[in-house]
Formats: sequence, structure tokens, C-alpha cells
Amino acid sequence: MRKSLLGAFVLGLGAAALLATMPAAAQEPIKVGLILPYSGQFADAGNQIDNGIKLYMQEKGDRAVGRKIEIIRKDVGGIAPDVAKRLAQELIVRDKVDIIAGFLLTPNALAAADVSAEAKKFMVVMNAATAIITTKSPYMARASLTIPQLNEALGGWAFKSGIKKAYIMVSDFGPGHDAEGSFQRGFKDAGGEIVGSVRFPVANPDFSAFVQRAKDVNPEAIYVFVPGGAQPAAIGKALADRGIDPAKTKILAQGELTFDEALKSMGDASLGIITALHYDYTHDSAANKAFVAAFTKAYSRNPDFFSIGGYDGMHLIYESLTKASGKTDGESLIAAAKGMSWESPRGPVSIDPETRDIIQNVYIRRVEKVGGQLRNVEFDKVEKVKDPFKARMK
Amino acid sequence: MSTDTMALDARRHIARQIRWRPAEVIFWLATLLPFVLFPTHLVLASQIAITALFALSLDLILGYAGIVSLGHAAFFGLGAYTAGLLSKHGWGEPLSGLVLSALVAGIVGFAASLVIARFRHLALIMITLGMGLLLHEAANSASWLTGGVDGLQGVKMWQVLGQFRFDLYGYTAYSYALAVLFLSFLLVRRIVHSPFGLALRGIRENSVRMTAIGASARAHVRKVYTISAALAGVAGALLTQTTSTVSLETLGFQRSAEVLVMLVLGGAGRLYGGLVGAIIFMSARDQFSGITPLYWYFWIGTLLVAVVLFLPNGILGGLARLRWRRR
Repeated sequence: MRKSLLGAFVLGLGAAALLATMPAAAQEPIKVGLILPYSGQFADAGNQIDNGIKLYMQEKGDRAVGRKIEIIRKDVGGIAPDVAKRLAQELIVRDKVDIIAGFLLTPNALAAADVSAEAKKFMVVMNAATAIITTKSPYMARASLTIPQLNEALGGWAFKSGIKKAYIMVSDFGPGHDAEGSFQRGFKDAGGEIVGSVRFPVANPDFSAFVQRAKDVNPEAIYVFVPGGAQPAAIGKALADRGIDPAKTKILAQGELTFDEALKSMGDASLGIITALHYDYTHDSAANKAFVAAFTKAYSRNPDFFSIGGYDGMHLIYESLTKASGKTDGESLIAAAKGMSWESPRGPVSIDPETRDIIQNVYIRRVEKVGGQLRNVEFDKVEKVKDPFKARMK
Repeated sequence: MSTDTMALDARRHIARQIRWRPAEVIFWLATLLPFVLFPTHLVLASQIAITALFALSLDLILGYAGIVSLGHAAFFGLGAYTAGLLSKHGWGEPLSGLVLSALVAGIVGFAASLVIARFRHLALIMITLGMGLLLHEAANSASWLTGGVDGLQGVKMWQVLGQFRFDLYGYTAYSYALAVLFLSFLLVRRIVHSPFGLALRGIRENSVRMTAIGASARAHVRKVYTISAALAGVAGALLTQTTSTVSLETLGFQRSAEVLVMLVLGGAGRLYGGLVGAIIFMSARDQFSGITPLYWYFWIGTLLVAVVLFLPNGILGGLARLRWRRR
């Protein structure tokens, strides 16, 4: 037993010792710690963020203010705030990073925010979209989006476009509740009336009963929120089967409902669905055309809103470093980030100096056939949307 | 052999088991090494200690009483949420938080044991898995209480003993987790080397015969399951307290499965199996995921397959056999 225990312990220590020390470079690089899911069910989205980051560094070079930018990647594996927090702590105390970034998922971003606040390190959120995240650390800025930003903008737009009565259908889980709340607020504040709402289970196989119930109330629009995967096709089919005519009853949703994969499975049932999103690879601008061309060349796939979060997040890091003249402490970097504005592939964006959250255009798109292909075609936009949730907190 | 000498033998057997071996002393002294050798790895070390405690609690029921569980995270999560909710609602004192978490997990564990004690083997896998999933889903839908998918917000821990705050480097976290692990280990060690522990091993080998010789298998199983649940609750509470976060994943299937893997990796029914398994699994994961964030699962998988192929009784089992052969 003695040998066995000793042996096992030495094994464990040996494994831990492998990476214990790293040689220090003469000219210290600026280190950026990335915390993203590179494995598990969120790996694909994590990779799309990473692709955006890599593309930015490929285009702008791996140096800012004359110093090398070194990226240290950490896999958080999924929704795991305890791991995210530990990784953030380790990145700071062990790897001595100057900036922490990434964060696909809200719980992970919230946990790491504590570390950013305590260690006074600049933190850039590249996706996680729950409104309150940026309130958790004064050194944090967000380069992606917030859920209320999209849905309240959509609600307000819907009323302005002439819709007076709307019905709400959402999946019964956290993000669904958030979407419901913020659409409802945007729509009601503008003057609209919610004539009814329903919540259904997250993995619901058949929506016909729910759609029928909505149809019976005869609303002018139906707002829908379901998670990706098989759900968009199922609800698209139910809407078509029950004879909901998009010309008469508008279908409104957040952009994920009509992602390319979802459109493929929905087919023509998706025609006429109106969604709100801050970025789509079909967005018509010179900056975006160049971005999409470079992205597809490098990764043989289209960028999505995850990629743009990574790309713009990296831009925010580079530019803040430049503006702070190479100072890397949290105070200087967040001061530099506040109020920064630039032309992103998604359009003009800026960082709100008060909330450190992104201000951007929300595009209103309709599913149409373009050259035989189903596409989200932008036909209107709500300009310079601030996160409405934090605007109310003041 | 008369009954007298048999009883004497049993007593002597227990006395021999209970004596501290030099290797054990060295092991526990070595747990202090991270403070000196890896002062920047203390946060990881604290989470290893917590996972080791969780694995130890599983060893008590799986390794000693033969109760297979795929839902042990239920108690881990109960402890985690209890500690988190206490702190959120104004009571952030860590030690009393641990006790209350153990109590809650223990009570639920006792309720569950009324069912558990009636079944063996495959049926247990289904039941524990089902219980785990139910609790996970319940916590998900009760988002007013648990914060749902976003996790519990507003967990603020007070200082340990009113002296030590949880620092960025993890000095407090590791010291605290290690102390709790050691005390829990002493408790478990005492239990498995008691007549009660012997009876548990008897139940593992043949529960019908144990009943026949007068040891009520069900009562014993209920007892050990409750203790194990309470310990798992302590581990969960430790995680909450050292990280100030609670997520649904503390109740998740993956946590149940991983702790089982660690225990099997280290060697079940060997007291130190869970500890060694947790150290190796988590260090390996930390290293592999640092080297290749995208493909580290491949290496973890390889490690597991290799252990199962060449060391079917876990690492400790394999080493023990090696030593026995050499003799």
C-alpha cells in the first residue's frame, strides 16, 4: 500500500509539474486569456468566436502598440461558472494575463466578472447576452449584444410598422422568459396591446394546438421564441399547416429562428417571417463584404453573429491598448474603451460610456427567396440601440 | 475455531486496519506541498480537494456497500444550492453553511435511501439516474429560487472563521477545502474500519447472507447512504463557498458520471481511490485542456481506456497487485 500511494501521488504531481513554469520573454508580450467552450455542445459557437478572433489578428497582425499580443486559450467545456471562475483566476495569477476575454455563456461571464472586478483586469465579453452581466465588473465591456436590445427594438418597431395587437409564444425556459419580457415591454411602451401569450415546453414536438389557440384570438402579429435545433422547423410547419398567412398575420422573432440551418429545415414555411438581429453575413456594406470574403476563404464557412462578436471584441482590445498607449491596467483600458466607436462589418457601433455595453443598429429582416435561396433580407433598421434594460436601471 | 477466537480475530483485524501507515502520513503531508511548490495552482488544488471529497462520499456507498449510483450529483447540488441560498439571503458564514448543507443533503439522502435500500445493481443505476435528472429539472424550472440556467446570483461569502477572506490566489480556498477534506476523511476512515464498515463489505459481497447472519442489510444501506449524501452535500457547499457561484451543472448528469469515472480510475473500495482518481483526472484534464483546448477529450479518453484495459481495479488496485506479485 505504501508504494502504491506514493507512486500514485508522484504521478499526480508529475502531471501538474509539466506546465508549472514558462520562460519569460525579453520583451514581455501583452497576454489575453480567452475563456470559451471548445468542447461539448457549445463547441461550434465557441469556434466561430475563435475564428473571428483569429481572422482579426491575421488581418491586423499580432502586435499592438509595438508589443506582441499573445492569446492563451482555455476550454470551459460548457455552462460551468465554477470552472470559468477558476480559469479566470488561473489566467491572472498563473499566466499573468492582462486582459480576459471570450465568454459565450452568461453564467460563465457572470462568474468571471467577480475575478475581473477583484483583480482590476479589463474584461471583454464576446457573446454572453444577458443584460446585467456588465454591471458585475467596472472593468468590463461587451462587444456582442444584449437580449433586450434586440427584442425591445423589435417590439417598438412592430408598433411603428402598424401592428396594434400581438400574441406571444415562447419556450418555457430562461431565455424564452427574457425574450417574452423584453418584446412585450418594447411593444407595450410604444403603445401596442398584447392580446394573449403562451409558454410551451422547451422540447415541444408539435405546435399545432398552440398555433391554433393564437389564431383564434386573431392577432395582427405573433411573436415567437424557440431554441435552435429541431424546434424552428416544427413551429414553422405548424404555422403553415394552421393557415397563418404571413401577409396578414406577421410572424416576429429574434434572429436565431431563421438561421441558415433552420431555413433549410423549414423550407418555404419560413417565407415572410420577420426577425431582428444585429448581424447577418448578407448585410450589405463594403466592410462586411470584405469581412465575409476573408472569413469564408480562411474557414470555408460563413461568419455568424458569434464570429462578429469575436472580431469586434478583438478590435476593442487592440484599439483600447493603442488609445491607452500600451498601459494594460484595468482602469486605463476601460477608460480607453468607454465611448470608443468604429465601423464594424455589422455597421456603426460604439461602447456606451455609461454602461460599457455596445450600442449598435438592430436590423429588421424578412425571409425571402433570393435567386431560389431562402435568405434573411434586411428591409428596415432601428438605429443606435442602447441596452434598454440598463437604461432603466438608472 | 471457537467463536471466542473468531471475535478476537475480528477485533485484531480491525485494530490492524485502523493503524496509520507511513504511506498515509506521507500522502497527507504531501497535500501541503502545493502551498510551496505550486502557489499559483491553489485554486485548482482546492477544486481537486472538493472533488476528492465528493469521490470519497461515492466510495462509501459504491466501494464499500456496493450501491451503484449515477445520480450522486443530486446531493452535491443540494449542498451547493443550500450554501448558496443561505448566503444569498444574508447568512454567509461558511462553517455553519457547511453543517446546514450537510443536514439538507442528509435528510434528502435518507428519504432517497428508503427506496435505494430495496434494490440492487442495474435497478439502482436507473433509480439514481432518474432521481438525479428529476432534481436537475426541478431546479431548472424553479428559476425564481435557483436562478435557473443563469445560476444563482448574489452569493457573497463571509470570511472563514472571521479571519480569512477567499483570495484570488486560492490560499484560503485550498486551506479550507483541504481541512474539510481531511476531517471528512478521518470520519470515513473510522466508519469503514468499524464493525459497521465490515458489515457494509459483507452486504456488498452477499446481502442475502448478511441478512441471514443477523445484520439487517436495508438498515445498514439506509445509514451509509444518508452519511454519503451528507458528505456529498458538504463537497457541494465547499464548491459554492470557494467559488461564490452555483449553477445547474452542480446537479448535472456529467458531474455524477465524472465522479464515478474518477473513483473507478483510482480504485473503488480503497479509501484513497477517490482521492487519487480526483488528483489524476483533474490534473490530467487541466494539462490536456491547456495544451490542446480543442481535442483534450481524446487524451482523457485514451487515459481511461488504458486504465480500464491494464488496471481493471483502478490505479491503486493495479499498484497493489504489482506489489503483491513482486513479493
